[in-house]
Amino acid sequence: MAVVSESETSRQRRSPLAALWNDPRYRAVIYQLLVIAGVVFVVGYLVSNTMANLEQRQIATGFGFLDREAGFAISESMFSYDATDTYGRAFLVGLTNTFRVAIIGVVLATILGVIIGIGRLSTNWLVAKLASAYVEVTRNVPLLLQLLVWYGVITYALPHPRDADNPLPGVFFSNRGIKLPAPVADIGWLTASVGVLVGIVGAIALARWAKRRQDATGQPFPTFRAGLAAIVGAGIVGWAVGGAPTAISVPELAGFNFRGGMTLTPEFAAVLLGLTIYTAGFIAEIVRSGILAVSHGQTEAAHALGLRRNQVLRLVVLPQALRIIIPPMTTQYLNLTKNSSLAVAVGYPDLVSIGNTTLNQTGQAIEAISIFMAVYLSLSLGISLFMNWYNSHIALVER
Amino acid sequence: MTDRIETGQVTGPPRAPTGAIRWLRENLFNTWYNSLLTLVIVWAGFNIVPAMVDWLVLEAVWHAAPPEACREAAGACWAFLHEKGRFILFGLYPYDEQWRPTLAVALALGLIAVSGDRRSWGRWLAIAWALGIVAIALLIRGGALGLSYVPNNQWGGLPLTLGLSIVGLVFAFPAGILLALGRRSDMPAVKAVCVAYIELIRGVPLITVLFMASLLIPLFLPQELSIDKLLRAQIGLIMFAAAYLAEVVRGGLQAIPRGQYEAADALGLTYWQKMRLIILPQALTIAIPPLVNTFIGFIKDTSLVVIIGLFDLLGATKSALSEAGWRPMYKEGYLFIALIYFVICYSLSKYSQALESRLETGRRARR
Repeated sequence: MAVVSESETSRQRRSPLAALWNDPRYRAVIYQLLVIAGVVFVVGYLVSNTMANLEQRQIATGFGFLDREAGFAISESMFSYDATDTYGRAFLVGLTNTFRVAIIGVVLATILGVIIGIGRLSTNWLVAKLASAYVEVTRNVPLLLQLLVWYGVITYALPHPRDADNPLPGVFFSNRGIKLPAPVADIGWLTASVGVLVGIVGAIALARWAKRRQDATGQPFPTFRAGLAAIVGAGIVGWAVGGAPTAISVPELAGFNFRGGMTLTPEFAAVLLGLTIYTAGFIAEIVRSGILAVSHGQTEAAHALGLRRNQVLRLVVLPQALRIIIPPMTTQYLNLTKNSSLAVAVGYPDLVSIGNTTLNQTGQAIEAISIFMAVYLSLSLGISLFMNWYNSHIALVER
Repeated sequence: MTDRIETGQVTGPPRAPTGAIRWLRENLFNTWYNSLLTLVIVWAGFNIVPAMVDWLVLEAVWHAAPPEACREAAGACWAFLHEKGRFILFGLYPYDEQWRPTLAVALALGLIAVSGDRRSWGRWLAIAWALGIVAIALLIRGGALGLSYVPNNQWGGLPLTLGLSIVGLVFAFPAGILLALGRRSDMPAVKAVCVAYIELIRGVPLITVLFMASLLIPLFLPQELSIDKLLRAQIGLIMFAAAYLAEVVRGGLQAIPRGQYEAADALGLTYWQKMRLIILPQALTIAIPPLVNTFIGFIKDTSLVVIIGLFDLLGATKSALSEAGWRPMYKEGYLFIALIYFVICYSLSKYSQALESRLETGRRARR
């Protein structure tokens, strides 16, 4: 025994490097140094190449180009913009357009997705089959293809403005887009929206008070109806304070196109329709699996406690289903926002589309792509921070 | 106590309708609103289905015809597929050589079909895939064995879509495993690099990754090293898929109980032995269903290469539709490729569901 151990120690003494290598702590340090060195080397190599290439192509680096005149027009914008404005303002137009289509898309996709998801659970065989056919088709065909189909339908299959479809009074479908009646801008609408905001805050306060009271005394309070009344009432009060405007601009055919009202351009309508229909398929699956995940025993137990049907749904099933539904749902919202970048394929001026035009004009590829990444990354990180907070907020408290 | 049932008076339960009527009553007319919904759907079906059959079949132009002839017909213009079908399927690939991509696609689909059978998983399948990919590359690219050389700017259509998907997954999968292992590593520097990469890529849309690959790679590399457009797109797709696959693999790794890691350590296995022999086989098995879902998403995502100007299935169709005269035939063209995408993705998703239920029962049985 003594001989063996002596030879082992002598071997270790002979090669201290091997001893270092065989110690997991030192080995970890060596690995990490290697990884860092590799990353630094690769980044350095790429940066030096890039510098050389940019110099050769005589492209200035930096974001100075944002102050220069853009020189291209944008087909739709939520605020005033023309070709003499700067690239910076053009990017801002793109950003607001991205948010506009994403926010409306999220709302519509949620509504449609919840309907389809519940439809798949329907006891009506036809409804269930139709809903699952919808889910299979929308989920198994690329989104880009769906966008192009909707764009084709809107620009080719819809009639000219002169014989536009008129399904509802004041609503026109034509290949120039969708025309809707819209209220004429007035201070009264602003005060009305302030009123709605005040109403929402009031409703939240009311709900908190009602919950505290119920916890303390057991007396229920019609929170939902009272909250709704507060929101609607405050909105009406705000509208009346602002002068109660009633003027509504209805689109009218004038010559070859419409005048007045609100326009959804074909590009916007195609992107919105495509994103909504595609994402609704995914949301439907999330809703369905969330509802199915609440075990039947929970419903039965709630009934046994004597709760009414709507109370069972509101107090027992939905809180548990939402805990499962909401995390994947936010992922879908994020996906919808990221997918809105496909708008470039049909010419809707979103952030990526405008960035692409800018990049082709100025050659500032690195800067434009960094702007894309910064915008989408801060969105993703913001939402995942919110998700982490939400998850810890609603996590089951276990022993 | 007053209710007495006397023998002889007991009758059977009331006679319930059976067969078709019972099925209808239980599944379509069980409540008043379900009856209403059923009637509305049937009414809509009576309005829509005959019109669709008319458009798709009865009034359609089935023979080869110029676009003008189609305009007079009320139905679909399948003449468009007569004229452009091969362009859609093969892009700019030389017309007389198109048997080569056909054979390559058949080979690829055959390999995928064989891989679907779990009994075939093993060393032989890996060898078959390696040989198959070499054969496919040889068929498509040519330049040897008497096959003429076809440069890759002429590749297109279905072979390109499948090629981008398969090559992308073959490279992204090992990269994803390494990234997932790195993210679960105890070494902070390795972990930080992997987390940064995964979150960066997953945080941005694929299209920005593709723009980055197609515009920035030429800037990042020295002048004398130029990479063609197809390879740049492929690199972008691999970078993108690797991040998503890493997260799926991480999910599988997290599902493995600690005891497995500790047992492997107790046996004296090194880190790589532990991962290769104990952890990954279990983690990847658990992760198969979400992996297949990621594959499906990736196949659909390859259609985005049309935005950077490649002629994949969608790109070729778009370009066929941009020709004067055929422009209104977008419904026929898009329907055709939607069907191709649907068949591929739907069969994969059905396969993943079947696999999921089988793996599920397997796990339950062991417990």
